[in-house]
Amino acid sequence: MNTSALIVMLTTIGLVTFLMIYFFMKVINTPPRPEPDSYIDNDDEADRQVPGH
Amino acid sequence: MSANKESWGSRVGLILAMAGNAVGLGNFLRFPVQAVQNGGGAFIIPYLICFLVMGIPLLWIEWSMGRFGGKFGHHSTPFIVDTMGKNRLWKYIGVFGIWTNIAVAAYYCYIESWTLSYVFHSVIGTFSGMDQDAVSSFFVEYTSLGISTLGIPYEPIVFYVICLLLNTWILSQGLAAGVERVAKVGMPLLILFGLFLAFKGVTITAGENGAINDSSVGLNFLWTPNFDQLWSPTVWLAAAGQIFFTLSVGMGTVHCYASYVRSKDDIALNAMSAGWMNEFVEVVLGGAILIPISIGYLGIDRVTELVQSGGLGLAFRSLPYLFYQWGDILGAVSGVMWFGLLFFAGITSSLAMGTPWIGFLQDEFNWKRKSAAWSFGLFVFLLGMPTVLFFKYGVFDEYDYWAGTVSLVVFALFESILFAWVFGMDKGWREIISGSDINVPGIYKFIIKFITPLLLLWVFLGSLFTPKGGDWGAAISGTWVLDNSSIINKLKNTDLKEKLASATDPALIEQLQDTLFFVNASRILLLAVWVALALLVYMAYKKRVREGRI
Repeated sequence: MNTSALIVMLTTIGLVTFLMIYFFMKVINTPPRPEPDSYIDNDDEADRQVPGH
Repeated sequence: MSANKESWGSRVGLILAMAGNAVGLGNFLRFPVQAVQNGGGAFIIPYLICFLVMGIPLLWIEWSMGRFGGKFGHHSTPFIVDTMGKNRLWKYIGVFGIWTNIAVAAYYCYIESWTLSYVFHSVIGTFSGMDQDAVSSFFVEYTSLGISTLGIPYEPIVFYVICLLLNTWILSQGLAAGVERVAKVGMPLLILFGLFLAFKGVTITAGENGAINDSSVGLNFLWTPNFDQLWSPTVWLAAAGQIFFTLSVGMGTVHCYASYVRSKDDIALNAMSAGWMNEFVEVVLGGAILIPISIGYLGIDRVTELVQSGGLGLAFRSLPYLFYQWGDILGAVSGVMWFGLLFFAGITSSLAMGTPWIGFLQDEFNWKRKSAAWSFGLFVFLLGMPTVLFFKYGVFDEYDYWAGTVSLVVFALFESILFAWVFGMDKGWREIISGSDINVPGIYKFIIKFITPLLLLWVFLGSLFTPKGGDWGAAISGTWVLDNSSIINKLKNTDLKEKLASATDPALIEQLQDTLFFVNASRILLLAVWVALALLVYMAYKKRVREGRI
């Protein structure tokens, strides 16, 4: 590949892949809010219940 | 009371569904062709800038509009926008958010059914031993409802119905058990298939398996920057257009999905995560498959010629043949992966198109989820049949142009004005950052208020008055002749009329006259559907007034 094409391609792929992984990992690592939240799969998890609700 | 009691199962599921909504056939077929036609590697600069100043703002606008409307029990755009602007006419702008989805689904599900059919044909080895002309003829025969190699009469219609039934059934299962479950399976598989094909695409060696070029030739063709093109408004317009279509903004689907998010939960990070996932699929995977493989086996000249008619031709008429250069087994496996990933890209988008209509019927007319889903399937089938039966008369292209292109820009322009100027930027900003898990940069307050609406206005006007040959220099200096691709000349059928005037062959004249008839008939049909939906919105409004809900 020629140098300019290689630079543009690798920079773009690197940037886009990094940001995709960064934001997805941030979603995964952010603790969910207490119930009731928007998602039903975790409704029954005892440690996420707010006392009095 | 609304019959709508839907919820998302999990946050990751919502993001995958939202990314699946954005990731469509265009990620693999439209992006590489746009890049090649608009400056190669230099296209990525305006493309990423447009993503930052138009794509991300529109995502945040639509996510927050949806979540805001959801607080009031609205899950489709007519009444979401109605809650944001005092003028009662806003809800009729919101009709675009249902109309676009039904009209786009009508032809989109047809392409989706091609991918399903091609997966099946790859499995049974239909393309094995065919030369390139035979593969190409197979496609022409298929889309013109010609002889079926399976012996099934009207095979494309059979696959279209199967595809619609599948979509409808999944939609009838609900948000978490249907749409989200498909996204959780479909998106990882799509990425897996994409990575495999991208690996094959970047490891082609000239002289092996009939390849005439190394992968590097195709990658150079796609990524070598032509910086002179950066000054061309046409390139910027193409970049803005690509960002627009790839993110599925201006459709009403993002609003609908986000309307099921509670106001205390994040939308800003969700939007970024889904948005960048779409970019990864488009730029990293989409850029490494179609063009490098095609150029590896067909050469630059042939591919340049083929991309003039878009990516569909390369995807369906060339790739099945090229895959078989890797041997019978790998050819079949690659065919399944290629058309499989296109199918997953398609179905995760077409499912999103069904949800606004279903949400509308549930909210306004208390329909049950299942009945609403089946009504969507029937509606799409009836509206889609003309695109199947009269494909060669340009009905498909008309739907794509008016519903899949113009309507998106119009709706996005209106919603950006509504959000920033009518609802108010201060209130809008609070909606975006409420519950946010990231710090939204303050500069976006300025971008959303000024840059995004102006860019959208420019995209709209640029499409309305496109100068001949995209020569903006000549147009600005005084000789503004409209190109036949401009909205105005499209509306006047200038291109068709010019072809008709210069045609001498009676068969061609008859074909062009038929095309003209079907083009106009398609527009009338689409307009009639819009009016019918607007009437439904009016009835829903009257019902709300009667019930004291307004």
